[in-house]
Amino acid sequence: MVHGIKNNLAPLHLHVPEPKFRPGDKADFSDIIIPEVDAITRPDERASPADIHALAYGLVRVLDDDNRAVGSWNPGLDADTLRNMLRKMLLLRAFDDRMFRAQRQGKTSFYMKSFGEEATSVATTMALHSDDMCFPSYRQQGILITRDYPLVDMMNQIYSNSGDRLKGRQLPIMYSAKDYGFFSISGNLTTQYPQAVGWAMASASRADTRISAVWCGDGSTAEGDFHSALTFAAVYNAPVIFQVVNNQWAISSFSGFAGSERTTFAARAIGYGIAGLRVDGNDALAVFAAMQWAANRARTNGGPTLIEYFTYRGEGHSTSDDPGAYRAAEEYALWPLGDPVTRLKDHLIVIGAWSDEQHEALILELSNSVKATQKEAEQNGILGHGLHHPMETMFEDVFEEMPWHLKEQCEQMLEEQRDKFGPEWEAR
Amino acid sequence: MSEPATKSMNMIEAINSALDVMLEKDPEVVIMGEDVGYFGGVFRATAGLQKKHGKTRVFDTPISECGIIGVGVGMAAYGLRPVPEIQFADYIYPGLDQLVSEAARMRYRSANDFICPMTVRSPFGGGIFGGQTHSQSPESLFTHVCGIKTVIPATPYDAKGLLIAAIEDNDPVVFFEPKRIYNGPFSGYYDRPVEPWSKHDGSAVPEGYYRIDLSKAAVVREGEAVTVLTYGTMVHVVKAVVAEHGIDAEIIDLRTLLPLDIETIEASVKKTGRCMVVHEATRTSGFGAELAAQVQERCFYHLEAPIERVTGFDTPYPHSLEWAYFPGPVRLARAFDKIMKD
Repeated sequence: MVHGIKNNLAPLHLHVPEPKFRPGDKADFSDIIIPEVDAITRPDERASPADIHALAYGLVRVLDDDNRAVGSWNPGLDADTLRNMLRKMLLLRAFDDRMFRAQRQGKTSFYMKSFGEEATSVATTMALHSDDMCFPSYRQQGILITRDYPLVDMMNQIYSNSGDRLKGRQLPIMYSAKDYGFFSISGNLTTQYPQAVGWAMASASRADTRISAVWCGDGSTAEGDFHSALTFAAVYNAPVIFQVVNNQWAISSFSGFAGSERTTFAARAIGYGIAGLRVDGNDALAVFAAMQWAANRARTNGGPTLIEYFTYRGEGHSTSDDPGAYRAAEEYALWPLGDPVTRLKDHLIVIGAWSDEQHEALILELSNSVKATQKEAEQNGILGHGLHHPMETMFEDVFEEMPWHLKEQCEQMLEEQRDKFGPEWEAR
Repeated sequence: MSEPATKSMNMIEAINSALDVMLEKDPEVVIMGEDVGYFGGVFRATAGLQKKHGKTRVFDTPISECGIIGVGVGMAAYGLRPVPEIQFADYIYPGLDQLVSEAARMRYRSANDFICPMTVRSPFGGGIFGGQTHSQSPESLFTHVCGIKTVIPATPYDAKGLLIAAIEDNDPVVFFEPKRIYNGPFSGYYDRPVEPWSKHDGSAVPEGYYRIDLSKAAVVREGEAVTVLTYGTMVHVVKAVVAEHGIDAEIIDLRTLLPLDIETIEASVKKTGRCMVVHEATRTSGFGAELAAQVQERCFYHLEAPIERVTGFDTPYPHSLEWAYFPGPVRLARAFDKIMKD
């Protein structure tokens, strides 16, 4: 047993990651390596994971610097599909803007935008079948929008009003829509990862043809569930697509705190023996192509894929967050992969299928439509303004049938309300 | 109609039979866990089931409780009825987030959009020289979680009927199996030979399908002097002590801890005027505290003595000093003396 410090060894030191830029710094992303389009050509969907390791360190791209769709990953989408993709991304952006404002106006308690990451929910969903099950985190509202879930129902949920399908029980944006293949969102990060694997295993065990897709952020990859999920998926060759939206930030912690200083998130697939793809997350066509590759692979019993979307969280983590307190201003403007909406728009213009005028008109149309929907939703009430589900519903659905102790507590709550608001309260 | 065929089974065989019956009856039932497939489980609870029902119905898993329960939640969301096994209740903690934050809340948070009809089986309890991590009784961690049902059988007959009911229940159920009584009831006298189940009531188990409703306690001995609320292994320890000392106790095996059969408890304590709660788990914030509080609120004017709690001590479960720790005959006899004196 050696006590004390040995003179001939340099002292150990603890490495605590630090982002390159803090408030007041000028961001400079010139060290980010952006490979040429098709630096690695698209492999066959049945490729062995061991043969495609390079894709986990590369960056799948389709749109070149002139916004043309080129290379082996080009999914060859027609103009109508591309315009629909752009429309959904713009609608998502309009929805986010409106709901962020609604929170600032005190109409709801909380909101989270997905600004800058629209492709990772819209383009991915377009590459899936409509009955594939999505296990989202809280920043994939684009899935619902892409699948034409009623916006008014999303707003009702955000307002926790009398029209809220979740009866005011859930924090805003924690949607659930089984009929739309959208799994109930949980506040607990990455719990959806093993659940998506279980869903996919169930589908495979029943000789179904449906697959599952699951999303988490870069920060959440540090959770134990991430490891459990990848292990189970590899063991059972589950038809599941793991997606890591690497937007560089987990609230105030940069991705270095999830291990990004040493390797890519896609490369984590390698250790599990599953396919890993790293993709330009702001290139909607590349995102679509990667998802399509992984979906085809899963659907043909080729097993799971882990896709990392390299992107940037354009705004604050949530309405409760001020990114100016921990990161350099203007980072998003300087982000070398640009903005996913702008890049898709520019591509459509380059191929002669879109114009700036059409674009401006569409933004106005969507903004007006969202505004009108908002008015409709507010007919059902806003948070804290009386219109909500009957109070008794607080006690429902804890169990399939309400046990005696909840019935007792429900009665107690109703008596409290009578005390608070007087006997005429019930007649309201 | 002829009586259904019964067979003498120990608790392991009864659990195995329940799983077999449900695999046969419901194609959505799947069983998974560490060593449960080919090998048939470290306690043999799943012996022969993979061979009979196939590898997609009964299969081994990686050693990951978080994964086992998380995957189960996803399977339930798909529409299956998973019955995962956690090898020892002492190892359920890595799966707690999935149980507490996910399984228990699924129906509520999605307003019935998604449900979780999953039954997590796990051997639990002490009395086997299992030391710290093969002896724990963590039931109060689950009774404290809204949305989970907690079930603990005390006989082979109950084990099969309750397990079938748990699997058929559309809510998540934690099903704790007292491993001390897998092979025979335990009197608490560790120095006496254990008799096999075949010599005891409760081992005659119908071979086919039957169920025992959840949330219904069993009065295992009627009495007038004191009500004893207990479950699992302790049902048999209490029975032995009561018989030895000639106490006219009413012994209630709760069977389902949550939702609790409060009517049976209330009626009994109002009749006897005394109440003792007995469990192996540690004392502070144990399930006994909830039982004592419920009885105190509902039966206050009927109580002739303070409610007595006989439990494990507030220490991790020791190895060598197991029989000083376990709430055995001496601790019970002293508690009976005290509660009958008042």
